[in-house]
Amino acid sequence: MAFINYLIHLAILVCIYGMLTVSLNLAVGFTGLINLGHIAFFGIGAYTSALLALNGYPLWAAILGAALIAALAGIILAFPTTRLKGDYLALATLGFTFIVGSIARNWTSLTRGPLGLPGIPKYAASNQTLLWIAAGTLLAFSITIYCITKTRFGKTLQAVRDDELAAAMLGKNTFVHKVAAMGISAFFAGIAGSFFAHYISFIDPSIFGLGDLVLLLSMLIVGGLASVPGSFIGTAIILLIPEPLRFIGFPSALIGPMREMLFALILLLILIYRPKGIFGRVDLQ
Amino acid sequence: MMLRITKLDKHFGGVYAVHDCTFDIKEGTITSIIGPNGAGKTTLFNLITGILPPDKGSVRFKNQNITGFKPYKVARAGISRTFQLAKVFKNLTVRDNLLLASNVNDAELKKILAHVHYGRELDTLAGELSYGQQRLVEIARALLFPHSLLMLDEPTAGVNPKVRQELKQILTRLKKQGSTIVLIEHDMDFVMSISDRVIVLNEGTVLTSGTPAQVRKNPKVLEAYLGK
Repeated sequence: MAFINYLIHLAILVCIYGMLTVSLNLAVGFTGLINLGHIAFFGIGAYTSALLALNGYPLWAAILGAALIAALAGIILAFPTTRLKGDYLALATLGFTFIVGSIARNWTSLTRGPLGLPGIPKYAASNQTLLWIAAGTLLAFSITIYCITKTRFGKTLQAVRDDELAAAMLGKNTFVHKVAAMGISAFFAGIAGSFFAHYISFIDPSIFGLGDLVLLLSMLIVGGLASVPGSFIGTAIILLIPEPLRFIGFPSALIGPMREMLFALILLLILIYRPKGIFGRVDLQ
Repeated sequence: MMLRITKLDKHFGGVYAVHDCTFDIKEGTITSIIGPNGAGKTTLFNLITGILPPDKGSVRFKNQNITGFKPYKVARAGISRTFQLAKVFKNLTVRDNLLLASNVNDAELKKILAHVHYGRELDTLAGELSYGQQRLVEIARALLFPHSLLMLDEPTAGVNPKVRQELKQILTRLKKQGSTIVLIEHDMDFVMSISDRVIVLNEGTVLTSGTPAQVRKNPKVLEAYLGK
């Protein structure tokens, strides 16, 4: 029974991180925006949802609030940064993650700083129900993003990724498209954050950590850019492959570093044998 | 007047790429811009289409001042262009590349592709095509985009002689249908056979302009190309 519960726990995490990865793929894989601020949208969603719920708002309001505030953060971040290209955009958005993390640590009257927010109510009492909700949400996100990429709007995003100038010369307002992509991507990340906060029932500023960001990018790269199923597979591989380490009987002090080594190994193998990721279709220059 | 360029200036550091450049493009004509390498032809195209902001001067398009417009607004005003190095959306199919220019049906797409002698499938990824084929897709896309002025930057570069002939016919036919076309071109045969007017650019300035016959006879043109 305990083992089943452990599997359900893993499955829920795969679903939550799957939501995060597939939404990141909309910005990075489909629009070509190398956005390292995604984990900040996740954290903003988590904090917004937790604070709303802890202050007596109903769950639906907490989730919706998380999505909207995260989307707003995405749009605000997009305004100054999407004029930047490639590495510059990556650095600027990474800075955003640090700034938001710093705010969460220091705005103690709101966030309780490093003490974190405990006692966040669960969406549902049983983990089994939660798994169904999480899986359903992940599926809904995946289908929505897949459908977006098939619309004229989605094709334009991909055109912007491949050649922004050529897209502009076809009368496309590329700036508005990039801002919209960031907003939608952040909207979904906010919901994933809400899910995470209410599932773990405790959050603190470490949610904005570099470690999670690297993990998220690994999931994206392993699964492949511009592939919706790839995002799910990449998430599952990165989250699940290190798990058996727990059962080999290494001292717990070793498990952490070994996980990191395993991630590095997976990434290296992918980059050598499948540089576009398992399902990836595109290369970003 | 379709396009009126007045005293356009652009310098990079201390060097003028385009300097005091003034000319008009009449409706329903084919105009070729020629000149030695580094004469400022592509910079001029980039100034007109808003990719670079001019330092001075103005661009008027159909009696509207479009100086300093962003590229997408220039495009929406009715200018369609291709680039010196073909710019296709590499990870999209040929069909999607064309549909982004204009939402038309498959029959229409096939028609336009047949015009440019593109023989491969519509569902091929544009990035998998040879450079010459990408060029054709780009030209087809520019033709499909609703426009009243078509600007082609070296359309015959990297295109085989057969398609070059076909391109001549396409452009002549478009002109008959009322299109206005400006092209940058190095292939003199091509220029002399289809242009109504030739503008010779040298060091960013209009050296001379006129009919192909007039330009051919002008000693200044030979000098610019070959030196004294």
